[in-house]
Amino acid sequence: MNSTEFILAAGESVNPLLPNPWEILVTGVGFAVLLFIVIKVIAPKFEQSYEDRVTAIEGGLEKAEAAQKEAEETLAQYKAQLLEARTEANRIREEARSEGAQILADLKTKATDEATRITEQAQRQIEAERTSALASLRSDVGSLATELASKIVDEALQDDTRAQRVVNSFLTDLEAQQNAGASN
Amino acid sequence: MFAFALPMASEEGGFIPPSVSDTHLPDIFPWMVEYGTGFGKQMLMIVLSIVLITWFFTAAIKNPKLVPSKTQYLAESGYAFVRNGIGRDIIGEKNFRPWIPLLFATFFFVLLNNLFGAIPFLQIPSFSHAGSAYAMAIIIYGTWIAVGLKNHGIRYFKLAVVPSGVPGWIMPLMIPLEIISNFIVRPLTHSLRLMATMLAGHMIVMLAAAGARHLIVVQDSLAMNGLGILVILGSVAMYFLELLIMVLQAFVFALLTAIYLQGAIEADAH
Repeated sequence: MNSTEFILAAGESVNPLLPNPWEILVTGVGFAVLLFIVIKVIAPKFEQSYEDRVTAIEGGLEKAEAAQKEAEETLAQYKAQLLEARTEANRIREEARSEGAQILADLKTKATDEATRITEQAQRQIEAERTSALASLRSDVGSLATELASKIVDEALQDDTRAQRVVNSFLTDLEAQQNAGASN
Repeated sequence: MFAFALPMASEEGGFIPPSVSDTHLPDIFPWMVEYGTGFGKQMLMIVLSIVLITWFFTAAIKNPKLVPSKTQYLAESGYAFVRNGIGRDIIGEKNFRPWIPLLFATFFFVLLNNLFGAIPFLQIPSFSHAGSAYAMAIIIYGTWIAVGLKNHGIRYFKLAVVPSGVPGWIMPLMIPLEIISNFIVRPLTHSLRLMATMLAGHMIVMLAAAGARHLIVVQDSLAMNGLGILVILGSVAMYFLELLIMVLQAFVFALLTAIYLQGAIEADAH
């Protein structure tokens, strides 16, 4: 081949600027199909995925913020409660202390009263027993006197003067004894 | 490449560089040739790109998780790049939402079809064929004009071609220029920029392959063979440059789409 043939060959070649109409058709229709698929399927899905991510991230942040806020509120609440509880405990302790003192004082008074009462009762009992003893002594004295009298009577039958003397002395004794008992 | 078989068959020492016709491979269905559809590899790749984009992005977002998997993360990064990097930054916070799908589809459609040029066996950017680039440019041209008319009524054409803050005497010059620039040149540059860069990249790959083959297989001199290896090494560097251009052109195409839309939406703002 020589240069003339080359020029001929080049002349035979298609002009690159002249389109094949079928190519225009195929490309145009093909692109329309692709565009349709992109509009209907691909773009909405990608937009959706993008939106979902944005929502998820923003939602997560909001959630975290809300949780933080709630935690802070709870903490403040707990602190307030703790303070309240401490005050309450102090108050109760104070109350208990004063109450205890009160109870102690009451018990002391009560004990003193009881002691006084018991003492009084004992004295009264002693007094009563003494009185009853005195009464029984008196009745004993009567029987003793009768016994003595019988003895004296028995002796008097033999000696009038001695009997007289015995009776006198007994009566004197009795009197003296009685005076002593009364003075007691 | 299939196309290389013909010139190489008649080896007589001369080197025949690959031509633009080599970017048009034979029809896949020979019975369709008589209808002139040219249904070949390029159109199959257009369809393949649609299937791949749909499959990847639907699979990646099938079970969206708050903590994304690697695939989901990759897909979401791509989506967010178009959504925020192109859509929101250019069109603006207020109006960009309805245009996300168009920009997304445009960017990834162009990107994937460009990258096909860097994938072995596919090895041809779909947009090196003018028809595909024109189709995309026409769709977007129609879209932004429709948007302008919808937002501003028939007054849109006045807003688009009469610049504000320009002295009256210069208007006879400015208005025709604006008409040419906005309504005639704009869609052409939009499509041809993409098509030309892709075609040029592909031609360089073809040239390097054909040249290296000629130097190594056909030439007898050892020096020429060594030169052929150098060409292969050089083409590796070109490959990475092409890769960069493919991504860049997809980005530029989507970016211009956003800019045109923004201009149509806020035609009265300047």
